[in-house]
Amino acid sequence: MNKPLKNESLQTEITNISRRNLLKGFALTGFVLAVGMPFAGFAEDEETPKYGRDAMPNGWVDNPLVFVAIAEDGTVTIVCHRAEMGQGVRTSLPMVVADELEADWDRVKVIQAPGDEERYGNQDTDGSRSVRHFFMPMRNVGAAARMMLEAAAAAHWGVGVDEVFAENHQIKHQSSGKTIGYGELAKAAAALDVPEREKLQLKPADKFRYIGKQSTKLIDGEDIVTGKAIYGIDVQVDGMVHAVIARPPVYGGKVKSFDDSETMKVPGVIKVVTLEGSPPPAVFNPLGGIAVIAANTWAAMQGREKLKIEWEHGENASYNTDEYRQQMLKSASSSGGKVLRSSGDVSKALETADKTFKADYYIPHLSQAPMEPPVATARIQNGKCEVWAPTQAPQASKDTVAKWLDISSDDVTVHVTLLGGGFGRKSKPDYLVEAALLSKAMDGRAVQVTWSREDDLHNGYLHTVSIEHLEAAVNADGKTTGWLHRTVAPSISSTFDASSVHQMPIELGMGVMNIPFAIDNIQLENPAAKAHTRIGWFRSVANIPRAFAIQSFIAEMADELGQDHKAFLLDLIGPARKIDPVELKDEWNYGESPEEYPLDTGRLRRVVEAVCEKANWGRDLPAGRGLGLATHYSFVTYTAAIVEVEVSEDGDLTIPRIDIAVDCGPQVNPERIRSQMEGACIMGISLAMVGEISFKDGAVQQDNFDSYQVSRMNESPREVHVHLLPAEDFNTPLGGVGEPGLPPIAPALCNAIFAATGKRIRDLPIRYQLES
Amino acid sequence: MKLSINGASHEVNLPEEMPILWTLRDVLGMTGTKFGCGKALCGACTVMLDGQPIRSCSTPISAAKDKQIVTIEAVSEDKIGRAIQQAWVELGVPQCGYCQSGQVVSATALLQNNSNPSDDDIDNAMSGNICRCGTYNRIRDAIKLAATKSGGAQ
Repeated sequence: MNKPLKNESLQTEITNISRRNLLKGFALTGFVLAVGMPFAGFAEDEETPKYGRDAMPNGWVDNPLVFVAIAEDGTVTIVCHRAEMGQGVRTSLPMVVADELEADWDRVKVIQAPGDEERYGNQDTDGSRSVRHFFMPMRNVGAAARMMLEAAAAAHWGVGVDEVFAENHQIKHQSSGKTIGYGELAKAAAALDVPEREKLQLKPADKFRYIGKQSTKLIDGEDIVTGKAIYGIDVQVDGMVHAVIARPPVYGGKVKSFDDSETMKVPGVIKVVTLEGSPPPAVFNPLGGIAVIAANTWAAMQGREKLKIEWEHGENASYNTDEYRQQMLKSASSSGGKVLRSSGDVSKALETADKTFKADYYIPHLSQAPMEPPVATARIQNGKCEVWAPTQAPQASKDTVAKWLDISSDDVTVHVTLLGGGFGRKSKPDYLVEAALLSKAMDGRAVQVTWSREDDLHNGYLHTVSIEHLEAAVNADGKTTGWLHRTVAPSISSTFDASSVHQMPIELGMGVMNIPFAIDNIQLENPAAKAHTRIGWFRSVANIPRAFAIQSFIAEMADELGQDHKAFLLDLIGPARKIDPVELKDEWNYGESPEEYPLDTGRLRRVVEAVCEKANWGRDLPAGRGLGLATHYSFVTYTAAIVEVEVSEDGDLTIPRIDIAVDCGPQVNPERIRSQMEGACIMGISLAMVGEISFKDGAVQQDNFDSYQVSRMNESPREVHVHLLPAEDFNTPLGGVGEPGLPPIAPALCNAIFAATGKRIRDLPIRYQLES
Repeated sequence: MKLSINGASHEVNLPEEMPILWTLRDVLGMTGTKFGCGKALCGACTVMLDGQPIRSCSTPISAAKDKQIVTIEAVSEDKIGRAIQQAWVELGVPQCGYCQSGQVVSATALLQNNSNPSDDDIDNAMSGNICRCGTYNRIRDAIKLAATKSGGAQ
């Protein structure tokens, strides 16, 4: 099983992660990574419905020979197959392996897997599911490797395997107290059979060394702060040249004619290449345009400025977001859209209500704007293409590049670097295809294509634009009897099918279908909305507008009814109960089993109660200050936030504090959960305060961080307090972490602004709305 | 022309208006300094020029004539710089980490000039550096920790 691995191929895998690793490498004897054979950890069975990790394309793998290598010097190398973009997965998943393996974290190295799902299992790093889906497979990996080391030690000493145990990078013999290190055992252990999954002895939770603790150091921390960490933009390949591309400013547009005579005079410019685009749907295809290839990025940018291009904009040149907003409002104002769910009789409830409520909430397009813009480097040699890139989707990258080069997917290698932020943008490999096509145009020479910030904002896969229309009926007892929700937004599905005007189950399962309220009459509708730009995933996706609308609306209702917001919210949620997502017609349920992951209103109530207690809800505040509450269920995790604001008479807003309570089930790496929640609070404030991409005549109006603003330190909350609510044990189902922190922040902020000023914000961003 | 970077002299034959950033990254192969906006708006490209933090994406190499450039690659050679880096690691500041080269350089320049910065001082010095992951609170804490360890703050 253990064919020796060729030095070069392993080195290539390491190259782009850190120079330190590149220089050191590691000894390739001992317990080595197997090559060449897939180890599917799950049964391919078309009959029974699959959920969670089993339902992901290419499933999961838990073979230690795929994920662990131990050198004779004792260095344990663990493969991380999911992409690192700040969520800490290169620490969290290897840490799980190291824990079960009883490895000393200081002697662990992590290498990044290239795109190869047949070998590693699913690698799509999105949906807040890396730890959720790979916690158990990675425990199996570590436990299996540990048991192989124990068996090797027992054989070495000629004692029974039950007489030895692993502890902190060595095997101990119980009675004699003698020890032997992992490095010494590595070779013998590797020759043993991998234990069967059913026979694996997993550690009891009270023996965890790293899982659930706060103490594990970030694997890339030191490299990051010393500038040694290698992101996509830092890849350097021999003979590499640099490219930037002038892409069509309007979605679906193309080059009519161009003149590159001035471009070619710019010192350093090597070549100008026309790239064919493809008509909508965008899928993961490059947009086409005119590429300028030069000796360095700056020369390429200078050359691009000198291009004279005449564009044929196509039909989306009519896209103006101001007008589009009015169209959406009109669609939202009357029934006739697709009915998603209807229980009871909402019209009657509204007609007979003592009090009715109605509001529209607007969120504009947003750009993920990761600090590292899209960038990729490609080289083609002997008919094989290698790409180095920060990608959330290594396998889709590989397949899409292969399709565009018209070669086999097996002839494409995608090396995954660190991502300088992803937030969903880097799930789409269009920029890798560009690099590959340009390398082809340069006869295989390595080409790095860099997106400027302007490119990133002008030609993104944006968060949708949305109107959420809500109506509610309340009877004379103050009980909510009716709930009408019309959600209007171009769907991500339009990126894959240009004719699509309705939202997918995935989007509807983000706070439309799966509302947890105890209301008798509910009607949910989705009027049509056509996309005029590439719509993509943005961290938390459709949960952002839904949480904003619903949690603002409930606060508005409570205020109007003269009720305490917290009490009213809990009343609406109703008693603690587990709701079957199937009953809610939520076809998605974040891909999880409805039995294992019901919508648990007890857990939702608990995060609300917890955050109110921690932030001291109801306390007296001076004039101009206010607290705002919001809760949301997303990615099978429960969160609630309280934002405290201070608004001056001039409308200047400061945020002294945010509290966020989180129930994500068992906490594998609590330290990184905290950091994800802190970051989500800042990003939530950012999009609510200043986030907006608008279109005029089909083109994005924002160019850079001056017009597309994101929050800076002085605009951010001075304090963020994260309250992690414990799970019963590590056998309860895990929730997501990367995304669920974001949705409650915007509504909590706007509810706080209302509490402080009496001004209700229904349109984001807030920007100048507080100025009187 | 001659450029002094991290104490070493580099002879480059480039247009004078070429930004320091691209000279470092694409010509000299020093990739620790990052590209984020190209317009001095995000701070990812921050380096020190004669001890002052500057945005290298918008500063031409001509401005570095007879001056000392210090990049993230040499920050650890400075006692305060090293204290900043250690505080960053200790408090787990980075998420994606891409902006952190610039953050570390800006924070080092701050502490070099002000051994005990107030919250407002920190805001003023650091608000030119965007972190899209939202690590601002930990950055603030890490600056204070480094100040304490360097003997500045009480």
